[in-house]
Amino acid sequence: MESWRRSPKTFLALGLPPTAWLLLFFLIPIGIVWAFSFGEKVGIVDIDITGTFANYDRAFEAVYLQIMVKSLIMAGLTTLVCIAVGFPVAFLITFAPARWKPWLLLLIILPFWTNLLIRTYAMIAVLRTNNGFLNMGLEAIWDAADAVTGLFGLAALGAFQPWDILYSDAAVLIGMVYVFLPFAVLPLYSTLERLDTNFLEASLDLGAGHLKTFFSIVVPLAGPGIASAVIITFIPALGSFLQPDLLGGTDSQLIANVIERQFLSANDWPFGGALSFLLMYITFIAIAARAFLTRPNERRGSLPA
Amino acid sequence: MSDDAIVRIEGVTKTFAGNVTVVDRVDLRVGRGEFFALLGPSGCGKTTLLRMIAGFELPTDGRIVIDGEDMSTTPPNQRPINMVFQSYAVFPHMTVAKNVAYGLKVEGVAEAEIGPRVEEVLNLVKLKGYGARLPNQLSGGQRQRVALARALVKRPKVLLLDEPLSALDAKLREAMQLELVRLQHAVGITFIIVTHDQKEALSMADRIAVMESGKIRQLDTPERLYEYPSNRFVADFIGKMNLFEGKVVTREGARLLVDVTGLGRISVPHEDDIAVSIGVAVRPEKISLYRARPADSAITLQGIVTNLAYLGESLQIFLETESGNQLIISQTNVSRSGSGAPRKGENLWCSWQAADTLLLQD
Amino acid sequence: MKRIIAPLDYSRRWSLRWVIVATTVFLYAPILILIAFSFSESRRLVKIEGFTLKWYEKAMNNDQLALAFANSLTIALINTIVATALGALAAVLLWRFRFPGKPVYEGATALPIIVPEICMGVALYVFFARVGWPSDWIWPFNLSAIAAAHIAFSFPFVAMIVRARLANFNRELEESAKDLGASEWQVLHDVVIPFMKPGLIAGALLAFTLSLDDFVITFFTSGPNTVTFPIKIYSMVRFSVTPEVNAASTMLIVITLVLTALALWMQNRDKPGAEA
Repeated sequence: MESWRRSPKTFLALGLPPTAWLLLFFLIPIGIVWAFSFGEKVGIVDIDITGTFANYDRAFEAVYLQIMVKSLIMAGLTTLVCIAVGFPVAFLITFAPARWKPWLLLLIILPFWTNLLIRTYAMIAVLRTNNGFLNMGLEAIWDAADAVTGLFGLAALGAFQPWDILYSDAAVLIGMVYVFLPFAVLPLYSTLERLDTNFLEASLDLGAGHLKTFFSIVVPLAGPGIASAVIITFIPALGSFLQPDLLGGTDSQLIANVIERQFLSANDWPFGGALSFLLMYITFIAIAARAFLTRPNERRGSLPA
Repeated sequence: MSDDAIVRIEGVTKTFAGNVTVVDRVDLRVGRGEFFALLGPSGCGKTTLLRMIAGFELPTDGRIVIDGEDMSTTPPNQRPINMVFQSYAVFPHMTVAKNVAYGLKVEGVAEAEIGPRVEEVLNLVKLKGYGARLPNQLSGGQRQRVALARALVKRPKVLLLDEPLSALDAKLREAMQLELVRLQHAVGITFIIVTHDQKEALSMADRIAVMESGKIRQLDTPERLYEYPSNRFVADFIGKMNLFEGKVVTREGARLLVDVTGLGRISVPHEDDIAVSIGVAVRPEKISLYRARPADSAITLQGIVTNLAYLGESLQIFLETESGNQLIISQTNVSRSGSGAPRKGENLWCSWQAADTLLLQD
Repeated sequence: MKRIIAPLDYSRRWSLRWVIVATTVFLYAPILILIAFSFSESRRLVKIEGFTLKWYEKAMNNDQLALAFANSLTIALINTIVATALGALAAVLLWRFRFPGKPVYEGATALPIIVPEICMGVALYVFFARVGWPSDWIWPFNLSAIAAAHIAFSFPFVAMIVRARLANFNRELEESAKDLGASEWQVLHDVVIPFMKPGLIAGALLAFTLSLDDFVITFFTSGPNTVTFPIKIYSMVRFSVTPEVNAASTMLIVITLVLTALALWMQNRDKPGAEA
């Protein structure tokens, strides 16, 4: 690495185009929103930047605070489920025979390449009440259970009541897990892949069972990978827009839907700006927390994420 | 049936995916309190054999009997055996004391007992006062001692060591060789060590099994392996060896008359039956050099010094005979002056005793 | 007899195998159902019955859909070229130079990756509205706002990938080239760029897919006359759900998969050459 002073022309030629683009189409737009978040609407399109905190105050009113908390809970639950399911999947791929690994990975990544909107839309046919595949499956189980109880002379279970899951929070959660699951598997896999299997063998050799080995050796050593998986799932989940929009009911909206409404229908840019900056701040806090928890620590020997 | 073998390996074969046989019908008995070495080049199957004894690999065929009990398929966490890994595998997120205590904790040993036992074993491996350290604050040698302590604290019936010294530098390696022997005497546990380094095996082990391509080629004490290798592979793998091709002409009582290419007919003491085409071998240090033809020696050759290698404690002389045979002769460096040492291009006589000659069948 | 499994042979344990089987079903069933409906005779998406290609025919003859598709491909192509170039420049800059404020600069380039899409979307919406970015230019120039937005969020990804590749660059290669008499430019052309190539291909591939698939940011930067394929599908879904949507979706899935497979194949084919 050399100092930019040694060849300033090359430095500028390399640096100018990406910097200009970043500035013009990212930093300035974000800056405008930030400025507007301290402004007041005067007239239909005009905004006075008065330095007021009113928009932020409003964001903490019960109705919006509730949505914010709900967004955090939904993103948290999504992350939890994705890690809980993703860990065994990543673990299995790690220990699969070498010739199977690329195919198993492809199996998990393939949905990644399928459009997010299409995947969310595909969930409708699965979750809807009438002729939804989830309900058809549940009905089959119900009927089987009914037949079994009948066989033993017990009271019949009665007619199957389909589950009105579509357009509910549960549907949004399922949709979010569906979309973000591959996000969680990849960082977990890349950490587990680098885990020296000697550590697992040493633990077994010393008399520990598989579960004990998993929780006292694998999980602590994969800590940074887990943190990466959490962040990489949690952040996009927190900003979920399509899943509440397509799968949720009227009361399933999350923070991203409220932000969208401020700009595209309510036409309240200052308030929308404040909300979107709050969302960004939460994101930054999450990233900072991860960096703090998994800081390069001389005292701990866990693997890098 | 009880016997003195703590580990019995009976016809053990390991075939990996497809049909790569890495361990091929191995039979082996390791005695109680023995320091046993599995020696061989990389890929000879010694590590796989060790991992089968530990329980990390399952034998495709055959039995592994530990202390009279068939443990061929017993999971590693239920075997009375512990292992020191080549990479040490000291848990990086636990202190030294926690690493050592881990095996006792999962076994359910009472807390009150764990502390003293950890202390005791840390003293044994000379790591007193290191309990609170984390592995990345230790040197490679110290980490190895943690791995040793962690295994020994479990008081296993057998301790397995997979290339334990390969990651250490030369000086430390020699010190650790002595240290391991001392430890083994102190605890009286059977040690089975895997190594590719013949010097390591010779200096430490009571008995050595030399492996090649999944088979044991010879199992003997270090002295017997060096002085009486039973085949060309062992002769060549352990130490240096001069090899000639020969044919048995006839038997003369306890001796064989052999026709050796470039050497003529020699008479060598050999009791057992042997094939017709054989290898005739002699160690470099068994050969003496003379400026004039020696009178009484049984086997004598003349040649020109083509090269000299000064190794410090010894001098290696490369001799080419008239018939084109290449010989290595080793002379101990006994005097500092070095006067009278052979010079390149010099024409010399060399000779050795018939009793130092080995006949190798395969 | 109980099947005996070596201790670390986790992939042979049925408990874990069931997890991956269930996960696979969960990941693929909805997409397969969606595809199945695109061949179903019934107009209502209730039951899969019969086999027909009429929904594909209908989708192909839908002019708006065709235009949306052309728009998407055009944007993705422009995005791939510009984002790969900008990403490569940024990667080389960060790899090569020390300069004051570098950590801040690195953080700023990573921002578009980190910031929630919705925030970036509304910011660009406000920006294009406030500067009065023209959207009535002749095709394809009317797509400039969307393309600019796509480039802004994809070039940091390219930079990240290329930089990861450059981190493995053995500087002795550069030094030995100079030792053999290569000029600064020759070193770049003959040693550094060939080394970067797999990273560039991977980055370009990612940029293309990111652009083709993007919904949220495009949603805020497209206008009534600049509709992309995902936006068009979205409005169809909102308007009325017909098998035509499924046919259009299936086409997008297939195109993405084919292009990705092609790019992966090219990348693998280039591997031995890139190492040489």
